[in-house]
Amino acid sequence: MLKSLFHSQIAFGLAQAAIASVLALAVILLARRRNIHLESDAAIALVRGLVQIVAVGSILVLLLKAPRWSSVFLLAGMILAAGSISARRAKNIPGAQKVSTYSIAAGAGLVTAVMTWAGVIDTAITSLIPVGSMIIANAMNTNGLALNRFRSEVLAHAGEIETALALGAAPENTVASYAESSIHSSLIPAIDNLRSLGIVWIPGLMTGMLLSGSSPLYAAIYQFVVIAMILASSGLTSLLSTMMIRAHVFSPAEQLLLKESL
Amino acid sequence: MNASPGVPPDAAVLRTERLGRRVGEVWIVSEISLAVQRGELLGVVGPSGSGKSSFLRLLNRLDEPTSGMVFLEDEDYRRIPPRQLRRRIGMVTQRPFLFPGDIASNLRFGPAQRGETLPDNEIAGLLERVGLPGFASRNVANLSGGEQQRISLARALANRPEVLLLDEPTSALDEQAKAGVEQLIRDLINQSSLTSVLVTHDRDQARRLCRRVAILEAGRLLQLGTTQEVLGA
Repeated sequence: MLKSLFHSQIAFGLAQAAIASVLALAVILLARRRNIHLESDAAIALVRGLVQIVAVGSILVLLLKAPRWSSVFLLAGMILAAGSISARRAKNIPGAQKVSTYSIAAGAGLVTAVMTWAGVIDTAITSLIPVGSMIIANAMNTNGLALNRFRSEVLAHAGEIETALALGAAPENTVASYAESSIHSSLIPAIDNLRSLGIVWIPGLMTGMLLSGSSPLYAAIYQFVVIAMILASSGLTSLLSTMMIRAHVFSPAEQLLLKESL
Repeated sequence: MNASPGVPPDAAVLRTERLGRRVGEVWIVSEISLAVQRGELLGVVGPSGSGKSSFLRLLNRLDEPTSGMVFLEDEDYRRIPPRQLRRRIGMVTQRPFLFPGDIASNLRFGPAQRGETLPDNEIAGLLERVGLPGFASRNVANLSGGEQQRISLARALANRPEVLLLDEPTSALDEQAKAGVEQLIRDLINQSSLTSVLVTHDRDQARRLCRRVAILEAGRLLQLGTTQEVLGA
């Protein structure tokens, strides 16, 4: 129906975006009737998401003509943004942004670098940027989940943690079990994605490869490769961030800083 | 420093000088100077929000003072590594927060932090002292409130503290359990002459247990003296 109304591809795309946004807003209004207020967060996220992705699309058009090494800067920029966004899940934990950025840089950066070096990811910008951004985005989500869970666990168990401190325990040891459960829960989506691959969902990259004429078997195998890379980078990011964040919830005098009253 | 009635300065095990803590713009503890003498049980009494527990948390450095000093055996406690300080100044809180597992592992927790293993006979001895002989292998999930608080006391004692801080240890207990834990505290202090500070909102409890009492109000030390002087008969 839409196609017959719009002759330009961009106008057609904007119309599609408008319909998808209306649908999302309808769900938000439905949530509002149940006293769940997502309006401002969701509206900002929708507008922001559209602007960002259109901006990146425009940059990609320019980058297609740029030298291959320039993708490193774009990926580094994505890592910085991912660190900043996921650190918001660790409200009131000092140094969370630094921890998030370092963890995502190490987790996503290392996996992307090794896989590019091994020839699994092509160095062409059209390949490196989409695959790299998928790895970074998933590392960001995992990091956000891990930090959010860790924060909740520490807040919920402040009494136990301070009891252990009062008995002379090392601060990092008092929160070790909460860090472990945070790593575990943060990796559930990545593990479930791998588990349900091809059965519950056929991811976008594979669809794109099929549309651009790749062999279905190769597209399927490469999609597995990407999801496995995502699991590796997410796991490494989650491990590093929970390991580093442990020290940040305590003062130099080994006092618990993260309290419910904050 | 306020003089502690009848206490020569050298008898003080724990001493605070103009101790204060500010949270935001509010001083929750302000300018408190007092001394806890060797072997005494000093009561800290006051209504809810008077800063009693906040004051106690400054004594083992679970919170950082904004101003003033704390001395343990005349040594500035900032010079003592926090883990060592907390081993020397034990604490029992209103809620016991026992660690999941059996009672023996709870009692072993403190010494294990220093790489020491608490022998079975010492565990048995501690449980005897808190009136729960033979409880070592019991799971903490199956204990009553009073029993949990007794284990919490035994766990603090397993660290062989020089000072014991008691933060409303009976306020979450029913009357019967409260009387039992109170009697236990009295016995422990009398038998071992352990220097202790008891925070309580219950003036009668302070009368029953303490020889000296400090009254706190709005974070400030209002009165310090013998129980009879401060709270009457």
